[in-house]
Amino acid sequence: MNVIATTDETQEKHPLEDYLRVDRLPHIWCPGCGLGTILGAFLRSLLESGLPPDKVSVISGIGCTGRVAGYINLDSFHTTHGRAVAFATGLKLANPELKVVVFSGDGDLAAIGGNHLIHAGRRNIDMTILCVNNFNYGMTGGQFGPTTPETARSTTSRAGNIENPFNMPALAAASGAVYVARWTTAQVHQMQRSITEALLKKGFSFVEIISPCPTYYGRMNRQPTGLDQMRYYRSNSIVRHGANPNEVGVGISGQIVTGKFIDVERPYMPGPGNGDNGRQT
Amino acid sequence: MSDRGHLEGEHFMSGDDACAEGAISAGCRFFAGYPITPATEIAERMSDRLPEVDGTYIQMEDELGSMAAVVGASCGGVKAMTATSGPGFSLMMENIGLGIMLETPCVVVNVQRAGPSTGLPTMVAQGDMMQARWGSHGCYSIIAVSPDSPQEVYDLTIKAFNLAERFRLPVLVMTDAAVGHMYEKVVIPPLSEIELVPRRRPNVPPEEYWPYMPDDDLVPPMANTGEGYRFHATGLTHDEQGYPEMTAEAQDRLVRRLVEKVERYRDEIIEVEEDSIEGSEVVVCTYGITARVAMIAVERARQEGIRVGMLRLITIWPFPQDRISEIARQVKAFVVPEINYGQISLEVERSAAGRAGTILVPHMGGDVHNPETILEAIRQAVK
Ligand code: SF4
Repeated sequence: MNVIATTDETQEKHPLEDYLRVDRLPHIWCPGCGLGTILGAFLRSLLESGLPPDKVSVISGIGCTGRVAGYINLDSFHTTHGRAVAFATGLKLANPELKVVVFSGDGDLAAIGGNHLIHAGRRNIDMTILCVNNFNYGMTGGQFGPTTPETARSTTSRAGNIENPFNMPALAAASGAVYVARWTTAQVHQMQRSITEALLKKGFSFVEIISPCPTYYGRMNRQPTGLDQMRYYRSNSIVRHGANPNEVGVGISGQIVTGKFIDVERPYMPGPGNGDNGRQT
Repeated sequence: MSDRGHLEGEHFMSGDDACAEGAISAGCRFFAGYPITPATEIAERMSDRLPEVDGTYIQMEDELGSMAAVVGASCGGVKAMTATSGPGFSLMMENIGLGIMLETPCVVVNVQRAGPSTGLPTMVAQGDMMQARWGSHGCYSIIAVSPDSPQEVYDLTIKAFNLAERFRLPVLVMTDAAVGHMYEKVVIPPLSEIELVPRRRPNVPPEEYWPYMPDDDLVPPMANTGEGYRFHATGLTHDEQGYPEMTAEAQDRLVRRLVEKVERYRDEIIEVEEDSIEGSEVVVCTYGITARVAMIAVERARQEGIRVGMLRLITIWPFPQDRISEIARQVKAFVVPEINYGQISLEVERSAAGRAGTILVPHMGGDVHNPETILEAIRQAVK
């Protein structure tokens, strides 16, 4: 009789297994989606950072990226659309010993949650924002959003988007972020290093990760597979650390400027000496 | 909790100030809010008082963020509140729903002003009573209380925190511009005499902890963020483990429990004040500032020889329907004055179920009732 070996007996445990809710896999993301790559990079960054995992909390809003919180085996919250940053602000100020990470999409952070994003940046709340930018609303079926490049097609801009998109690093920097970087999912190592830096940075750190959505954005804009989008990133991304965030806007074609744009120090909240808020023990 | 910062003694203070002091006495150490008349004084006082007791005041960018921050802070293990008025209350509905779904204890104060929309920002109304019950989408139960004096604002704010921890949900303090801005004597007892309900803590090791596995009374124990329980909480319909479950069965199980954990304990929650109901032929049923105005009418009616009782609703939600249904068997009618065009009167009518009449005495807001209009309704009721 053939004995089929069980995982426990023959395989080493995957180094990230403790940080994933393995019982919830497989995930809901489409084949070719960039979210798995980013989640993997985040978890490796978390290990690399040396932060005590029990003191790290991940907060997501709504959307495809919003589902990240549900797969991470940390204290994790899947909140309301756009309010992840505001929720995280309350959580961090109430419990300053936590490392608070907001993992959400461009629509969640820059459209419905735009106000919370800029004000958290202005206050320099000590949190890390991982903004997954796939240039459209994936979860609801590929509508254009606040980052959709001009002329890009979507299910609500079939003739091409006529709106001017946000350049996310510029928005974050103008709001007051002390750390701003951008990478694509084709630059996993740089992305990972950058997320680690962001996690260890005191203050409001912001990493934009440009990510394929082959199901909608890619398909509607002549890059129908995840691989097509990754190839495009590979051949069009350039690394320019210290670039002026105002000059790194992304179009429907052409260069994607990546790198670490901002890394400065500024007083942050909650400051040293913040009280314990009478936590319920 | 230490007595430091606890203002024991007799004070002359407004309802809004009493609200802030009630919160401090209850152990509230986090306030997120956005300035809005006539609730701003609560934020102002909290911004002064919280730093004195190692707490945190944060002025958010809007009420959407305020409510989200309050839910977040409570998940971080801290008693948290916000205070607002109509327009802000509307914005908070989204994350009040999140608080209900995540089962997060917190307190929301609504110092009601006249609406709709911007309405009369500085002037009284009671127009948000139904919004308090049904304002967030979906099906749920809520707890709301309505004080009629600064002293009661103090007392009920403490009670609201206790109920929030006991039942794990946002509790609403539905006061109004008149009570909020009224100055009266407020007695703050020694801290040792104030009963506080602590958070219900998990009684299993972290590996076995399921954040939504309820105790027998349908309320699940609550781990705070950062304690090693590594739980997941979502606004999606979820199972006892906190994992999303997109089925009608999971929805039934969860929503039924969210409703039943409150409704099953109505008797424990509900508080009313009764005056001369036994033997009365008509009962005035009202709440908040209108109860004080109605008392003038009740006394005049009694001078006219009318046997009139008074039922003041302190708990609004869950609605004291059983008591009203009982009273309906003995009286001709309920007179329900309120500063709106009929909200709580609908509930009185429903509870009376045709056994007694319900006479609404509406007022569109901006002022309290002229007691004469209530008196006239009492006279009509016994005719
Ligand atoms: S819709 Fe797009 S973003 Fe969402 S999972 Fe599919 S590929 Fe990823």
